[in-house]
Amino acid sequence: MTPRRKKTMYIIIGALAGLGMAVGLVLYALKNNVSLYFTPTQVFNKEAPQGRNFRIGGLVEAGSVQRDPDGLRVRFNITDTVRNMPVIYKGILPDLFKEGKGVVAEGKLEEDNVFHASEVLAKHDENYMPPEAKDALDKAAKAQAAAGAASAVPAPVAPAAPAANK
Amino acid sequence: MAINWFKYSAPSTFYELAGKLAPWFAWSSAILFVIGFYIGFFVAPTDATQGEAYRIMFIHVPASILSMFIYLIMAGYAALGLVFNTRLSSMMATALAPTGALFAFLSLWTGALWGKPMWGAWWVWDARLTSELILLFLYIGFIALHSSIDDPRRADRAAALLAIVGSVNVPIIYFSVKWWNTLHQGSTIKFTGTSMHAAMQQAMWSMVVACWLYAIAVVLTRVRSIILERERGTQWVSELEETK
Repeated sequence: MTPRRKKTMYIIIGALAGLGMAVGLVLYALKNNVSLYFTPTQVFNKEAPQGRNFRIGGLVEAGSVQRDPDGLRVRFNITDTVRNMPVIYKGILPDLFKEGKGVVAEGKLEEDNVFHASEVLAKHDENYMPPEAKDALDKAAKAQAAAGAASAVPAPVAPAAPAANK
Repeated sequence: MAINWFKYSAPSTFYELAGKLAPWFAWSSAILFVIGFYIGFFVAPTDATQGEAYRIMFIHVPASILSMFIYLIMAGYAALGLVFNTRLSSMMATALAPTGALFAFLSLWTGALWGKPMWGAWWVWDARLTSELILLFLYIGFIALHSSIDDPRRADRAAALLAIVGSVNVPIIYFSVKWWNTLHQGSTIKFTGTSMHAAMQQAMWSMVVACWLYAIAVVLTRVRSIILERERGTQWVSELEETK
């Protein structure tokens, strides 16, 4: 390798390393802005913007979905297994919206401590399997939960904020 | 037996080699596409949560993988051309760009078609989707910058810089679902294993290999045209059967 080629190569490698570090630091500084949503814990710690729209994400708490008999209004809790956030939404839910599954809602936290969502998106996981395999897994999980419930301490879940009844 | 690796770094010899290899890649790609589509549509089972709609993954995942890998290969060739001033490396980088852009576009397009029924949105500005969109813009920028400079050697150098700088984006795309909260799900194919049913994996890997073979066949064919165009003043080109 001639000295000139060596020099060019070192300049390229150096520039790429420097650029990579710069981009890394910028993205680290913008961590919260890059993330699509806040978790209920972050909202509880007042890390989410106050008084304007943001997105909140987590799991739909099992047993929390209530549909109003009069129409499209639906209430549910978004949980990250530590904190819960009550959500109210009027509109059509995506097909994959299910209790215990991932969800991302966009809206505003109102005075009543309820998240008024204007859009609800379903978030699915990265596992793909046929229904039979899923049934088998669910059964195994249930059996394990039943066996574990006798001995293990249940995971700490903060009580849900009282849902405002209008 | 000593192999002369540098023999095929000359455009004239590589032109011949690429012409011989391209049909093989094209035909094996066609066969694997048929196998992949067959397994994908008829053998792979329905998904437990997503039903039949998940099958778009068999084109979405290969397109995404290729769009990222082709970028790195393009940036690698561009860097080789910049450091060693080799003609063929820069021509390879130029030949790879349109195929990479095609796969980046396919990835975004099939992703939108998949996102609407599953998530409920065609597009969200999450880190995975946005960084993939930047990748498409980088490809388009590379092509545009290269073709905006008349002198091909200067165009090579300018575009190479863009390609090298842009390669920072590829790890960001890959790790975006890990580093930040995104709507896009995590990686199914991990270094530690793949969380997917066996028949689904067979379909997906057939499609990945088919797309690779397609990409190689197309890039070899395209680089032949680029070689002819850029070496048109040389004697070996004027002596070719096809240019007479």
